[in-house]
Amino acid sequence: MAKGIREIKRQIKSIQNTRQITKAMEMVASAKLRKAQEKAQASRPYVEKLKEVVTSIASGSDGVSHPMLVSREIKRTAYIVITSDGGLVGGYNANLLRMVMDEIKRKHASTEEYGLFVMGRKGRDYFIRRGLPVVESVTDLSDTPKFADIKSLAFAAVQGFELEQYDEVYLCYSRFINAITQRPTVDRLLPFDKVEQNHDVKAEVEYEPSPEAVLEVLLPKYAETLIFSALLEGKASELGAKMTAMGSATKNATKMINELTLTYNRARQAAITQEITEIVAGANAQG
Amino acid sequence: MSTFLLEIVTPEHVVFSEQVESLTVRGLEGELGILPGHIPFVTPLQVAPIVVKAGGKTKNIAVHGGFVEVQGDKAIVLAESAELPEEIDVERAIAARERAERRLSATKQDVIDRRRAELALQRATTRINVSSRSKE
Repeated sequence: MAKGIREIKRQIKSIQNTRQITKAMEMVASAKLRKAQEKAQASRPYVEKLKEVVTSIASGSDGVSHPMLVSREIKRTAYIVITSDGGLVGGYNANLLRMVMDEIKRKHASTEEYGLFVMGRKGRDYFIRRGLPVVESVTDLSDTPKFADIKSLAFAAVQGFELEQYDEVYLCYSRFINAITQRPTVDRLLPFDKVEQNHDVKAEVEYEPSPEAVLEVLLPKYAETLIFSALLEGKASELGAKMTAMGSATKNATKMINELTLTYNRARQAAITQEITEIVAGANAQG
Repeated sequence: MSTFLLEIVTPEHVVFSEQVESLTVRGLEGELGILPGHIPFVTPLQVAPIVVKAGGKTKNIAVHGGFVEVQGDKAIVLAESAELPEEIDVERAIAARERAERRLSATKQDVIDRRRAELALQRATTRINVSSRSKE
């Protein structure tokens, strides 16, 4: 029994250490989450403004068209997948990757039919391990990513569409609902959905050099911006998932410590009882 | 003097939001000035400094691409990045300019690399111009 006591004590110590770490990680994640949310919020005016201008051009002037607004026959598809670099984020990556794999299996018979643009080490390694076609990847993104970090990936995907290497571009990321809920989503980015016609356009707007030329510049930018804001949302989701995962790890550790402490005390009590019994038995034998 | 609201917005944050008297930008078709009461107007921008006048003072801002939208008493510049003179790291810009020039003078290269180097050169030049002009 005595050996058992020492072992239990060591185990308690080790779990206490783990709890300390998970607790710290939880707090770090929640602080970072707030920053990531602010960042996502700060990017919103830009996206909204762009959307407003794109919508007003597309609906304001009749007969304006652009390849990005027109669906064509789908031969190849590009997927932009946003995952995390590190682990310890609960089901964040697994949920998203499962959804992406389901989507791919449902739609494509061979790896020729699609290309993957991956952000985050977890996703990249996952796809490479399975021998899937990763066209481009970005890893080691900070928790507050800059637009410049993903510009080349976004540009490559959008250009792939323009050059008709891909006929569709999907954006796969975790939508941030709140700190404890993140929903994996697969959204179609390109071609853009038909903008609803808005006939009560306020004032005649002048476009220089022409509405088509402005759209030509704007639409790729709009697409890249949407990719960036998906990344920001993905980061917020990642930190939310991390916070929840670490929170429940801390809770589990506390529960385990309590159980072990109980076992430890029982074992200690048993050892004392046994010792007394032995002494009494010895005294009786002498007397 | 009448003014209008100018906002410069990037994907990361709002760089500038103040009442100004005039705004000069280099659009796709060339330089143009915007005063209060301008008609609703949209044009893409080149990589170039924009000049803002407010309260008798002139301010240069480095804006890298993007576009400008004028609507009513408000002008909005949307750009992938924009920097106020005090945010510019001149030494880095000078280094970037040299690097870009070297790449451009290299003999064999493909179209995308060349285009990229040209843009880098424009950005670096814009930054250097903005920061040197604001010191005068």
